[in-house]
Amino acid sequence: MAKTHVTMKVNGAEVEGLVEPRTLLVHFIRENLQLTGTHIGCETTHCGACTVDIDGMSVKSCTMFAVQAQGSDITTVEGMANADGTLSALQEGFRMMHGLQCGFCTPGMIVRAHRLLKENPSPSEQEIRMGISGNICRCTGYQNIVKAIQYASAKINGVEFREAAE
Amino acid sequence: MIPGSFSYHRPASVADAVKLLSDLGEDARPLAGGHSLVPMMKLRLATPAHLIDLHGIATLKGIRRDGNNLVIGAMTTQHELLASEEISQAMPILHEAALLIADPQVRYRGTIGGNVANGDPGNDMPALMLTLGATYRLEGPGGSREVAASDFYQGAYFTTLEPGEILTSVSIPVPAAGHGSAYEKLKRKVGDYATAAAAVILTMASGKVATCSIGLTNVHETPLLAADAAKAVIGTSLDAATLKKAAAAAEAIMAPAADARGPVEYRKHVGGIMVTRALQRAAANAK
Repeated sequence: MAKTHVTMKVNGAEVEGLVEPRTLLVHFIRENLQLTGTHIGCETTHCGACTVDIDGMSVKSCTMFAVQAQGSDITTVEGMANADGTLSALQEGFRMMHGLQCGFCTPGMIVRAHRLLKENPSPSEQEIRMGISGNICRCTGYQNIVKAIQYASAKINGVEFREAAE
Repeated sequence: MIPGSFSYHRPASVADAVKLLSDLGEDARPLAGGHSLVPMMKLRLATPAHLIDLHGIATLKGIRRDGNNLVIGAMTTQHELLASEEISQAMPILHEAALLIADPQVRYRGTIGGNVANGDPGNDMPALMLTLGATYRLEGPGGSREVAASDFYQGAYFTTLEPGEILTSVSIPVPAAGHGSAYEKLKRKVGDYATAAAAVILTMASGKVATCSIGLTNVHETPLLAADAAKAVIGTSLDAATLKKAAAAAEAIMAPAADARGPVEYRKHVGGIMVTRALQRAAANAK
C-alpha cells in the first residue's frame, strides 16, 4: 500500500513521516517519533492509556489514523512539563498525592486531566471522576488520582490544597 | 491489532464524497468519528478497501435553527452537542443522553451522524430521534431525500440508506415549551451500551399527561417507539396502576438478545423499570 506523507506539530515541534493509511496515530507517535510515553493498553478504545491532546481535544490515539492527524497540533505526556522543564501542577500533583502505582495509565491520566482542567479549572470530585471515566487504572482505585487532580486544580487557582477528610 | 490495508480519501464536499462512495461501490465505507468502525477494522470484522473520511467537509458540522426545527450536521460531535446552549435549552433530553454515551474521549470524536446512521441497536441516539420525531437528510447519487427516523431502521446494522448515500444531517422539531423529558439508561459501567434504556418526552396539563412519546434503546434489533405504552398514560396522573400498564405495554414489544448484559427476561424486566422511571422523572420536570 502506498505510503502517505504526513506533517503535524507534536509537543511544539514540526514533525513529518511516511505512513500507510492504516497506521494508527499511536503507532506513529511511539514508533516513528519514538515518543513512548503514550502507552498502548487495551487497543480497543476502552482504557485511555493512549490518550493524547489533539487540537484541544482528548483523543484515544489507538482509534484514529495518523493520516487523519495531518496538520494538527498534538501534545503528548512528553509535552506536559512546564517550559522551563519543571513539573507542571498536574505532574506535581501525581507525585505529591501518590497518584500512581505501576504508572502504566499515568500518561493517559495526565493528558486527559490536562484538558479537563483547561475546560473546567475547578471541577468537583464528581466532575473529576466523570472527566476521567475514559481512563482505566487497575492499581489505585482512583482515590489518589482524584486527589492529584484536586491538588493541581488548587495550585492552578492559587489556593492551598486541603485533602478532604476520609 | 492493526487494521487491514485500505486507501484513504478525504473529500472536501458532500458531492465528492457521494461520488467516491458510488464509484468505489461496496468496498468503500464513509468514516465519521470512527469510534465504531475503527475498532471493527482492528478486529478485522470490517475490512473496507477504501475509507472516505468525512472530516474534510465543513458543511457537515454545526447546529442551526430552521423554523421550529434544530438541524444538526452529521459530523457534529457528542462533545459539541454537550457544549450547545441551544440544545440544552430546547431539548435537554439530547444533552442528558449525549452525556451517557461512552466516555469523554469518545465524545470528542463520536458524531451524531455516525451514531444514528450505523444502525447499531446499542447506540443511544436512534431511540432519542424516534422519540423526538426527527427526520434524517440523506444525500446520494440521485439527489437528496428526507426519511423519518421512525422509517429508517430495518434491522441490526440495516437501514434504508442506499448504496452511495450519506446521512448529512438530522432535523429535530423543538418539543413544546414546558415539556418534561428523561432518558433512563441502565448500564453495567460508564461507557457501556445500555442493558435497556427508555426516553420519554411528555407534556402535562392540570396534573395529567397531555401528550407523550416513549422510545426504547437496545431491547430489540432496532430502536423502538413504544406507542401503546405512551397511549396508556395519556389523560392519567401516572398513578401506580397506569405506570404498571405502561411498563407492561413497553415490555410486550421488547425482544432483546440474551448477552453479557443479561438474559432476555431480565433485560425486558429492567426495560419496563426504565420506562417507569423515565415517565416519573419527565412528569416531575414538566412545567
